[in-house]
Amino acid sequence: MSIDMDVVTLSRIQFGLTAMYHFLFVPLTLGLSLLLGIMETVWVMTGRAIWRDMTKFWGLLFGINFAMGVATGITMEFQFGTNWAYYSHYVGDIFGAPLAIEGMMAFFLEATFVGLFFFGWDKLSRVQHLVCTWLLALGANLSALWILIANGWMQNPVGAYFNVDTMRMEVANFAEVILNPVAQTKFVHTVSAGYVTGAVFVLAISAWYLLKGRHVELAKRSATVAVCFGLAASLLVVVLGDESGYEVSQHQKMKVAAIEAVWHTEEAPAGLTVFGFPDTKDQVTRFEIKLPWVLGLIATRSLDGKIDGIAELIARNAERIRSGMIAYSALEQLRHDRKNPDLMEKFKAHQDDLGYALLLKRYTDDVAQADEKAIMAAANDTVPNVPVLFWSFRIMVALGLGFIALFGAGFYYAVKRRLPEKRTYLKLALLALPLPWISSEMGWVVAEMGRQPWTIDGVLPTFLSASSTVAGNVVVSLVGFVLFYSTLLVVELFLMVKYIKLGPQEPAAPGLATSQGRY
Amino acid sequence: MLDYETMRVIWWVLLGVLLIGFAVLDGFDFGAAALMPFLGKNDEERRIIINTVGPVWEGNQVWLILGAGAIFAAWPHIYAVAFSGFYLAMFLVLCTLILRPVAFKFRSKIPNAGWRRFWDWSLFVSGFVPPVIFGVAVGNALIGVPFTFDETMRMTYTGSLLDLLNPFALLAGLVSSAMTLTQGATWLAVKTDGDVQARAYKTTVAFSLVTAVLFALAGVWVAHGIDGYQIVSAVDPNGPSNPLLKTVTRGPGLWLTNYGTLPITMLVPLLALCGTIIVALAVAVRRPLTAFLGNSLTIAAIIGTIGVSMFPFMLPSSLNPNASLTVWDASSSRTTLIIMAGVAVVFMPIILAYTGWVYRVLRGKVTKAYIREQGGSVY
Ligand code: HDD
Ligand code: HEM
Ligand code: HEM
Repeated sequence: MSIDMDVVTLSRIQFGLTAMYHFLFVPLTLGLSLLLGIMETVWVMTGRAIWRDMTKFWGLLFGINFAMGVATGITMEFQFGTNWAYYSHYVGDIFGAPLAIEGMMAFFLEATFVGLFFFGWDKLSRVQHLVCTWLLALGANLSALWILIANGWMQNPVGAYFNVDTMRMEVANFAEVILNPVAQTKFVHTVSAGYVTGAVFVLAISAWYLLKGRHVELAKRSATVAVCFGLAASLLVVVLGDESGYEVSQHQKMKVAAIEAVWHTEEAPAGLTVFGFPDTKDQVTRFEIKLPWVLGLIATRSLDGKIDGIAELIARNAERIRSGMIAYSALEQLRHDRKNPDLMEKFKAHQDDLGYALLLKRYTDDVAQADEKAIMAAANDTVPNVPVLFWSFRIMVALGLGFIALFGAGFYYAVKRRLPEKRTYLKLALLALPLPWISSEMGWVVAEMGRQPWTIDGVLPTFLSASSTVAGNVVVSLVGFVLFYSTLLVVELFLMVKYIKLGPQEPAAPGLATSQGRY
Repeated sequence: MLDYETMRVIWWVLLGVLLIGFAVLDGFDFGAAALMPFLGKNDEERRIIINTVGPVWEGNQVWLILGAGAIFAAWPHIYAVAFSGFYLAMFLVLCTLILRPVAFKFRSKIPNAGWRRFWDWSLFVSGFVPPVIFGVAVGNALIGVPFTFDETMRMTYTGSLLDLLNPFALLAGLVSSAMTLTQGATWLAVKTDGDVQARAYKTTVAFSLVTAVLFALAGVWVAHGIDGYQIVSAVDPNGPSNPLLKTVTRGPGLWLTNYGTLPITMLVPLLALCGTIIVALAVAVRRPLTAFLGNSLTIAAIIGTIGVSMFPFMLPSSLNPNASLTVWDASSSRTTLIIMAGVAVVFMPIILAYTGWVYRVLRGKVTKAYIREQGGSVY
């Protein structure tokens, strides 16, 4: 059965775009839900009405964002089936479980209590309402945990084996899937990125109010909460980002080599390229500025570990392809001779490389007999897009360090109680508004494009994962999503801006959903 | 005890439970939203209707998300075949489901009449269309869907969007639509008073009757009009999940064989009609909650009837009947089924408990006075 590469490409574009779109709303939900919990806790503990009004005001903006998060999340859930049907068959046994658990453990919690958050203010006692808010925040964070366990497994597929009878991956040890170190570091790094986003959002809007001299009481307090929370979160995101880098270097050597544009193996101690222009054709990095030793330290946590280069990894992958071909041919024979122990043994010895043989399907239908040219072409395919990874990673890291500076300064001014007067700082804080979104999106580009050409690292190539649908279908849905999503984004931004401008204090016009309460 | 066969049956039942949970709970907010432009004659009445479901529809929708997730985890073949096969239909459903959250959230944010009218119709579309499409999909599942697999389990699907719109499937779509609209109407009878409630009662009676008649018609059609499927080779219920290892035949009346083998199952379709009678009586004595429960029974029984008729088939193939997906060869591995069942046993009771608590907190009617007093802090 030949593969329709148009379907693959279109599906990749569609998945990438819709995922990145979903992730415009996710980090704000993650961060703001926690900030709402904090503000409401202060209200319940001190009984000062301004904290209730803060909760309601930020809650209103939270609600607009949350609706978009839910709307775009459903698309993601359906797309594995619609566009990645072979993927769903091949790994559904393992990958489906965290998704279903996410539904039971997280989405129900989140979606049930978000109703009470908005509609429960006068039906519940203060403490009861506070509990609802925290359960909402818990639900959002648990949902991130389970989806990242699923995503972590795609990066580092532990606890699974290939079942010859069913022609798919099946679970061997579910505990390994959950405790996957890649998933754990991904989870903490991603949620802390969300907290940074929430903090920057609250800080930037409060800064705007302070600059305008409006809603000063509310803005002052909100900004203070934001800088404290943001400082902690931005330190966390960088520390945990470093941890992510370490995990990646353990499990996805090609990804690290691409992020760092290490074309050839560097003997220890490897240096870190801070700046340069990777040139894919000649396989060199031009104008590079290198910090000696640092990369070795980050990636291997030692001074004597060496970093594998892209050229060497290609050669290694060619070997794995050859080994995978043996597994593949054993598998073909096993299909007609199911219980043959010799074949089974041969397959077992090489099964870890089966995925590498599948890379050949792009070049030949007869994988077991592929020639040297096809093998080399497939091995070269295992290199992801180096310049994109190189730059995305550097933008993310630079912004990460920038957030520490932003919140560090803010924290200092807040402690000195001079935040509202620091107009330059407030202007900078306002300008920082889009930055956390940029860093998160860059982070996903690093993680997901760095995984190419695989959907499941080393197990299933992306081009095989797609559905056997016709390209026309995907064109319709892709164009549909782009138009529909763009329109919705415009409407959502319009409402956000309108309600931010309206602010918390304006008298509620009849039928308008502003928060009530005076102080 | 927990052998593969048992786990597969458990997950077949659990899937049914999830679908029923979805149809009963999300059903009422789909129905209420679809009826809203007709039962609410002015902005205030429409806001009443919207706010009856406002706080709970998000939680209800998770039944759908979990349903999809459970199919993915427990029945990956079905997830892969149905979602990619029904590609454009799924895309349509998605569009309406994307519209729904934003319509709820955005409508109240601006008092302009045109703005509100736009979101009113968006809510109508997002409440009306998905049940129809789901019904059409189920109708096609009963007829069989044109797919097959090659040796590596890569699927080929030869149908198109228009093929899905055959007469029997359209009838199934109407059944689904009617039962959902009834569910919405009974819900509104529970949660509103005055004019809106009076209209909701009338609507309940009408759609409840339509549901019963269409369901009976579909039953006759299944018995005489379309072919059923049956496995004719030996099946190993504990065997590997490989749908290419069996032989299947197709023929008229085969969807009725289970009722012959196990006559007690005939109660299931009868319960659907009992539900209708309960609804009628409850409306006569003005007991809206009983009517709501009666129609919930109807919904459960209709979904149950489909399950019983098709068992062990889940998604038969019209192109290559031998490749049909059944309970015995389309599931996840036994380990995954056990793990997922464990998670469900722990979490489903917790979910039901807090969902129940939330409905209790929100009990009582949504009235004009409530909407006026709350002003902008509700939808
Ligand atoms: C790190 C966090 C994260 C990531 C990587 C993803 N999501 Fe997400 N998702 C959330 C975090 C989240 C959330 C914070 O829980 C959301 C966002 C806003 C919201 O309302 O809930 C959500 C909503 C959301 C919903 C609606 C849930 C509801 O009704 O409450 C679905 C079905 C999904 N997501 C599914 C997915 C899938 C299939 C993804 C992978 C491709 C995915 N999400 C990536
Ligand atoms: C919400 C945050 C996410 C973003 C922004 C994101 C981004 C991307 C991007 C940019 C691509 C395209 C890569 C390429 O084709 O070059 C992609 C592909 C993909 N991602 Fe993600 N991703 C996210 C989360 C996830 C999660 C959580 C999963 C799985 C649980 C996942 C699974 C996939 C799959 C299956 C593909 C398609 C195959 C492929 O092209 O690799 N993604 N994603
Ligand atoms: C010095 C700072 C940072 C370092 C060293 C760092 C490191 C990394 C690395 C190595 C990855 C790839 C992980 C993988 O491929 O599996 C990653 C991904 C990611 N980063 Fe960062 N990061 C930093 C700052 C940030 C900031 C400031 C944000 C956002 C506010 C952010 C958001 C993300 C996201 C959303 C992902 C994708 C999810 C994941 O793979 O964990 N990062 N980061």
